[in-house]
Amino acid sequence: MSEPNLYLPHLMRIAKITEEAPAVRTFRLEFLDQAAADAFAFRTGQFGLYSAFGEGESTFCIASSPTRKGYIECTFREVGRVTAALADKEVGDVVGFRGPYGNVFPIEEWQGKNLVFIAGGIALPPLRSVIWNCLDLRDRFKDITIVYGARSVADLVYKEELKAWADRPDVNLVVTVDPGGETPDWTGKVGFVPPVLEHLAPSPADTIALVCGPPIMIKLTLPVLARLGFPPEGIFTTLENRMKCGLGKCGRCNTGSSYVCKDGPVYTLEQLNHLPAEY
Amino acid sequence: MADTHFLPQASLDTLFAALTRDGRRILAPVDRDGRTELNPVEHADEVASGCLQTVLSAKEAAFPKVERLLSYTLAPGAVALQDAEPQARPTVLFGLRPCEASGFRALDAVFNWDTRDSFFNARMTALAVIGMSCTRRDEACFCTSVGGGPGATAGSDILLTPVDGGFLAEVLTDKGRAMAALAPEAFRPDPGLEKKVVEVPVAFDPAALTVRLKDLFDNGIWAEQSLRCLGCGACAFVCPTCVCFDLVEEADAKGGRRLRTWDSCGGARFTQHASGHNPRSTQAQRWRQRIYHKFSYYPERYGMLGCVGCGKCTRACPVDMNLQEHLLAAAQA
Repeated sequence: MSEPNLYLPHLMRIAKITEEAPAVRTFRLEFLDQAAADAFAFRTGQFGLYSAFGEGESTFCIASSPTRKGYIECTFREVGRVTAALADKEVGDVVGFRGPYGNVFPIEEWQGKNLVFIAGGIALPPLRSVIWNCLDLRDRFKDITIVYGARSVADLVYKEELKAWADRPDVNLVVTVDPGGETPDWTGKVGFVPPVLEHLAPSPADTIALVCGPPIMIKLTLPVLARLGFPPEGIFTTLENRMKCGLGKCGRCNTGSSYVCKDGPVYTLEQLNHLPAEY
Repeated sequence: MADTHFLPQASLDTLFAALTRDGRRILAPVDRDGRTELNPVEHADEVASGCLQTVLSAKEAAFPKVERLLSYTLAPGAVALQDAEPQARPTVLFGLRPCEASGFRALDAVFNWDTRDSFFNARMTALAVIGMSCTRRDEACFCTSVGGGPGATAGSDILLTPVDGGFLAEVLTDKGRAMAALAPEAFRPDPGLEKKVVEVPVAFDPAALTVRLKDLFDNGIWAEQSLRCLGCGACAFVCPTCVCFDLVEEADAKGGRRLRTWDSCGGARFTQHASGHNPRSTQAQRWRQRIYHKFSYYPERYGMLGCVGCGKCTRACPVDMNLQEHLLAAAQA
């Protein structure tokens, strides 16, 4: 056959499983085939199709940073058939991966700028890739601020990494949980992400904002950023739509004429303002 | 310029025999069980010559309803993956209407606009089309409004047009010349035959429709037009250009296979996330997607329409949604 089979996944061994939150896990995946591992490269913002053989494929971002070589990581919540099958896997088990697909966060264009990351709940994984990418190239950026909120303390993901970021003098981390979600020993903030962000009031001067979260959080966060003076072209987000192929062919992830799998998943607010809200 | 010849009706069998001898399967419209669909034939008298349109389209020849993309065997802690070779049996589609013959171009646009789909391409390479011009039409036909025509040559390797005693044969491509060369005795010199086809009036200007759609996204006509839509997907199933697909798993504890199957944007779960959130949760949004995909996104992305005006969707719709009428309403909205 002269043309390669686009749908054939790489076989990946689960090297590590981290229980992040109730029903939320992170897999560290290593290529079984060394040649495939050597040929593989991705950039932050990209995603893949992960196979639970026997059940099918599911789409997640690559949650690790391209600066960390030799593996990729994905973080997923057990929600449907494929994620339930993945959740049953153990270290050493084999899953499939196709990718990387989609466009990227243009971090090379952000050199010398301040970065503000704003994430809610299970939407931290795509930004976690960018955060580590930028932290591993720390001298290229000015101030780095991370605002992360979840429903409850238990629902916060990457708890060890949140501690590591909190301990870094070159990161300004603000973690908040929804009112009622705090525990007696909680030392972070209590409140929803949009008002916490408004109170923090990061300066828009020379600053890129990255927002990822549930639709309601994004909906209420964008006006805050606008009030703070962030221009639409300086606000980035990443969309998730249902996908089957990841290749711009199966026809279901489009929002208007834009294919989230090819033209996205990374969009600026300026771009989204010109697209119908089919996400 | 095409080579034109006269192909006597009586010589069709000579051509069929030569194609069969060459190892090719011939699929042609055949009356069977009260309907006319593409089926394998060996002789010309099996072909349903009076048929205007088959219910199903010819796309299945290049894009099967179900196609295996890979398979695997499972053992504790291990997966053995097997690539699937594209199935590509040399096939001649005989008697395709020009609208349908042109539909493969719209499939090709999606399968190959960026990365190349080996499964589709293997079948297309093995496929040749002997088209048949239309000498009649019905109310659902609107090929001339979407850039086609009852005698249009696009997509055909040889195009036949009925004339007294046989066909005017236009040999159009290398594949067409290769087929004609298999049975040179079947073709006679063209005595100056007139290519006479049915007249299909132009109902609307597709370029103007595409422009008009830019301002109609939030218009109420999509809700109005789709009120009676059942979301059954019959329109997509019979469409020569509908290409949206699903990937599904068929497996047991020992192994399985991953299949590509036809899908439809009209189904409620087409875009539904695992969380339950659905970006196109109403039938109006899904009907609008169908129209915009074919008449706005296709022109924008691929420089062509995703519709050939064959009218199969209109004929197949169980609640009589008429595509041409709805497009006309949009153009005039």
